[in-house]
Amino acid sequence: MSNYNEMWRSLGLNMAAHDQLLQVLPPTYHDVYLTQPNRPQGMEYFDFVVNEIHGLRIQELQEHKKTGGKVFGAFCVFVPEEIVRAAGGICIGLCSGIDIGAAKAEKVLPRNICPLIKSFMGFKLDKVCPYFESCDVVVGETTCDGKKKAFEILNDYIPVHVMETPHMKKPRDRELWLEEVRDFAQLVQKTTGHNISTGDLAKAIKEVNGKRRALQRLAELRKQDPALISGKDSLVIEQIAMYDDIPRFTEKVNELCDELERKVQTGTGAFPRKTPRVIVTGTPMAIPNWKVPHIIETSGAVIVAEELCTGLRYFEKEVAEDAQTTDGLLENVAARYLGINCAVFTPNTGRMERLLQLAKDYQTDGVIHCALSFCDPYAVEANRVEIMLKQHNIPLLKIETGYDQEDTGQLKTRIEAFIEMISKA
Amino acid sequence: MVKLYAGIDIGSRSIGFVVLSNDRITFSKLEDTGFEPLTAAKKLLTGHYNRVVATGYGRHAARSDFADQVVTEIKAHAIGAGHIFPGARTVLDIGGQDTKVILLNNNGAVIDFQMNDRCSAGTGKFLEVMAAALGYANVAEFGESALTGGSDIKISNMCTVFAESEAVSLMHQGTPRADIALALHASVVERTAGMLQRLSFSTPLVFSGGVANNRCIVTLLAKKLGVQVLVPPQPQLVGALGAALAAQKRESDSFTS
Ligand code: SF4
Ligand code: SF4
Repeated sequence: MSNYNEMWRSLGLNMAAHDQLLQVLPPTYHDVYLTQPNRPQGMEYFDFVVNEIHGLRIQELQEHKKTGGKVFGAFCVFVPEEIVRAAGGICIGLCSGIDIGAAKAEKVLPRNICPLIKSFMGFKLDKVCPYFESCDVVVGETTCDGKKKAFEILNDYIPVHVMETPHMKKPRDRELWLEEVRDFAQLVQKTTGHNISTGDLAKAIKEVNGKRRALQRLAELRKQDPALISGKDSLVIEQIAMYDDIPRFTEKVNELCDELERKVQTGTGAFPRKTPRVIVTGTPMAIPNWKVPHIIETSGAVIVAEELCTGLRYFEKEVAEDAQTTDGLLENVAARYLGINCAVFTPNTGRMERLLQLAKDYQTDGVIHCALSFCDPYAVEANRVEIMLKQHNIPLLKIETGYDQEDTGQLKTRIEAFIEMISKA
Repeated sequence: MVKLYAGIDIGSRSIGFVVLSNDRITFSKLEDTGFEPLTAAKKLLTGHYNRVVATGYGRHAARSDFADQVVTEIKAHAIGAGHIFPGARTVLDIGGQDTKVILLNNNGAVIDFQMNDRCSAGTGKFLEVMAAALGYANVAEFGESALTGGSDIKISNMCTVFAESEAVSLMHQGTPRADIALALHASVVERTAGMLQRLSFSTPLVFSGGVANNRCIVTLLAKKLGVQVLVPPQPQLVGALGAALAAQKRESDSFTS
């Protein structure tokens, strides 16, 4: 990736810190991903994207910016990417799945805060993330208190627009959220200098829905036994979904699905038939936070679904395409996003129902609830999940962990024991 | 020829080794782990075994070296405890660095479990540090002395570091050593009982791991919970026994299939 040095420098990256990051990423990816047996051929594209994570895609963003295009960064799946796309902008999910720059972050944040917040602050303060450095605006939200307050601090370093996400789903919350979506459309138009027409928005909605449908198709295929693809591979695809070029990504996911469909015919999978099947749920897992999935899939189980924002919550509902006016389309956008079952909502019964449905649809042997340390919404909601699953006799393992590797041994023991417990043999 | 099955439990403090033949223990040994767990483990394996199963934190290292198969400590303790006390429904295992509570169904299969987090509060390590702080020669003496103590004081800190300074300052205030010892044991029991109750444990309850040798802990725990606490003759070998039984079962399975 050395030929990108020039570009990185021009972005103002802290080259030493960035080098450090690049020293961690490729070997981790190699050990966690490239050593898996029976991977589908179609993973080649996604491997390439990760390999070029700070290269080609960043170059594309720079080219986009050279022609006057704008880049919007987001931390939450509540930020409506179709609006950005409709105005000719690019929306990217900022990842923050690794603890680099933590020391710098601790200068402006308390020590006991969730690793995701610490990570994004560290990325910005340490200037290690070329995506962050490519952003014209960062879009925050008021989902949890930690993020809400951290965005005030982040705004000292980069323009942050905060959307107020409600914490309930009553009619007045829907109204508030719709207002926020309209404001966001205003901000996007102002930033890009492009007025969004009804046609623009309708087209962008269709394209983003296309991406969602491709991911849904992949999710459907994961109901097969033998499992056709590992959970780790699926997760990385879902992570890439947040920053890759939409039409290209959609096409590649569909190609992969074509291949997997052929595998259904021949009955060949990535794991042997009857491998214990697990659903992972909880706090989203940003790139390159693959720790828990890696432990699960090297301990004898396969992950068949992620009830996560880096997973089903990101793509399972589509925006209705039926409206004829910009306003009507914006209403559809707002309605789709408010359907997300994030733990910051109260009550959040939708998540319980969905999980139960998933457990049945995917013939799951157990559920692993994984909350990031200090992530109150998910750590507390784990109790509701536990009660609900117990009532239905579905085994559950609860984990709380951060981005460090210190607890790997302990996690391995607990996860292995859980898999021993749910294995029918 | 007789078939021999070996189970080896490579823990952070000690290594348990059990050899089985036709359900009977033909050899067993307990060794300190030392600085080279794998070397220490290999020294124990002297004969020829039809199958070797490893458990404990060193199980994966053993697997890439000499073991045929691994099981987790959780499963090993469940199998071992269920073998010694048929019908056991809960296993409490307090080892050198962690505490586990394992629930079994009436077939002896694991249905739920919990492990303490990363800290050493309430484990064998905790008792070791406290014994040393109070000047006892060893943990056994510490436990015996606690049995003679009075129960007027309470240690409020669970954290090993803070509890240690609390104990030391009580000593400086002239509190009888045996009383402090008792209070420290009570704090371990408090924490352990909480863990058991959180999992809604049922009886028979089997207590395995090194700390089960401590009579004071066993007595206090039985009193606190109001149930009988069953302690196997060599509680530190329960994991190794479970591993050996897993080895034996695995081999008989492959015979029938
Ligand atoms: S978990 Fe909630 S706050 Fe986090 S990305 Fe998902 S929707 Fe947003
Ligand atoms: S992981 Fe939890 S605490 Fe952290 S930002 Fe997300 S919701 Fe907030």
